[in-house]
Amino acid sequence: KKLNISHSQITRLYSRFHSLDKGENGALSREDFQRIPELAINPLGDRIINAFFPEGEDQVNFRGFMRTLAHFRPVEDNEKNKDLTSGEPLNSRTNKLHFAFQLYDLDRDDKISRDELLQVLRMMVGVNISDEQLGSIADRTIQEADTNGDMCISFSEFTKVLEKVDVEQKMSIRFLH
Amino acid sequence: MLRDAKQRCGIIAKESTSLEEELKDIRRNCSSPELDDSFDMSDAFYFCRRGIESIVDDEVTKCFTAEELESWNLLTRSNYNFNHISSRLTVLWGLGVVIRYGFLLPLRLTLAITGVGLLVVLTAMIGFLPNGRMKNFLSEKVHLMCYRICVRALTAIITYHHSENKPKNGGICVANHTSPIDVIILASDGCYAMVGQIHGGLMGLIQRSMVKACPHIWFERSEVKDRHLVAKRLSDHVKDKSKLPILIFPEGTCINNTSVMMFKKGSFEIGSTVYPVAIKYDPRFGEAFWNSSQFGMMNYLLRMMSSWAIVCSVWYLPPMIRQEGEDAMQFANRVKAAIARQGGLVDLLWDGGLKRGKVKDTFKEEQQKLYSKILVGTQEVRSRS
Repeated sequence: KKLNISHSQITRLYSRFHSLDKGENGALSREDFQRIPELAINPLGDRIINAFFPEGEDQVNFRGFMRTLAHFRPVEDNEKNKDLTSGEPLNSRTNKLHFAFQLYDLDRDDKISRDELLQVLRMMVGVNISDEQLGSIADRTIQEADTNGDMCISFSEFTKVLEKVDVEQKMSIRFLH
Repeated sequence: MLRDAKQRCGIIAKESTSLEEELKDIRRNCSSPELDDSFDMSDAFYFCRRGIESIVDDEVTKCFTAEELESWNLLTRSNYNFNHISSRLTVLWGLGVVIRYGFLLPLRLTLAITGVGLLVVLTAMIGFLPNGRMKNFLSEKVHLMCYRICVRALTAIITYHHSENKPKNGGICVANHTSPIDVIILASDGCYAMVGQIHGGLMGLIQRSMVKACPHIWFERSEVKDRHLVAKRLSDHVKDKSKLPILIFPEGTCINNTSVMMFKKGSFEIGSTVYPVAIKYDPRFGEAFWNSSQFGMMNYLLRMMSSWAIVCSVWYLPPMIRQEGEDAMQFANRVKAAIARQGGLVDLLWDGGLKRGKVKDTFKEEQQKLYSKILVGTQEVRSRS
């Protein structure tokens, strides 16, 4: 209800959830996601899969599945459902940015350290760039973003750096129904 | 173009922009819109979105389940989202069940048993004849007759197109693979030498009988892994012009007839003429795809025989030869594209082996390499790898 997804979209997503659930136990494990070839070859595949699983959990049910996907609904849909009492919708700009932030924040401590940034960068470039060069890229990125001098990127610093980026469009998927 | 048509049936709209274009677009409003030696935290957005899109809808996993129909064809098995629409429809469905299971199925079973039985007995008998024209002639007639009985047993309504391109001796016939029935459909219109692994049980019995009447190529399970042995036996066979054309399904596994997946290059290395054949089933009358992880062979045959009918079209495409400077993989892709085009199927590069196995790491490494090139420029990356 809070997710604001139409009935037909829910049906299709459920059908998709079911087809991914090879064990037929009503929940998806990490292996179920890994079975999707296009996701397995995505450099950030593991991080994306991780976003579906709450801290310490190994299974995600349909509700959790939809909840995570709801972040990617286009923002325009909210205009039709102005429900001020339900709080900020999952697919708001802030929540989309937060989703991306958590891709980088490996230990979920609300800060992106140099180390975490390096690890994610390494995932994206594979073996093709040297440690030194990657290190200098990481340093430069932190330097540009870090305003309070703690050598980490907090969520507000992250938001500031990306304020000009069209997050709404880039972090949305368009449903056809 | 065909790709778009299929994606319109999907859940989401996917844009086919390249990594470079996307990153430029994302960074458009930032301080450093040039893509050289700079990283932006927003780069992750591209991979993130692509990843989520593939979770919601990807082009590979759906090749391994039966295609969804737009409107119901009164078979429970095709009913994905059960909605009770009307009582009248339920009555019609009930009537359908009675007809299919009470009348069609017993009739078809009888025919099938007759067909298979005759095949085993007659080929064994022909096996006693000395090799020669008489044997080949009789073998041909027997094979064709038995396969045609089996076709009737499935109520397969087949339309053959371009029969002038039918495979000739010394050639290799390749076709897209949807189910074991493909063999019966092709073999009822022409004589082929089959290739495959020897099975046990009934299947093995049939195989052993068939090979008495004319030379088929059956492999022991252990021999299947030996690529050189396989290649040698195949090429020995095609060199002998008196032997029948070989029938091979290069995908290696059953795909759901909406797409054609990667062709294994083994058959294309042999160097003989390739006769491509496209087979397209009409799913409205009965879903022909064999989802081997979902049900076994017997179950599958039962479902086939209790559907309305198997309706399909077979196109014999003009023969193709490997050209100068083309390697086996390129040749395979060329043939695959021709088959996909004719059958109205999506031409995919993915390996059918993904049905059971994991995707190779090299694909991920390609993606990483591509991104690295954008990040630091092509020169640096080339020198490193």
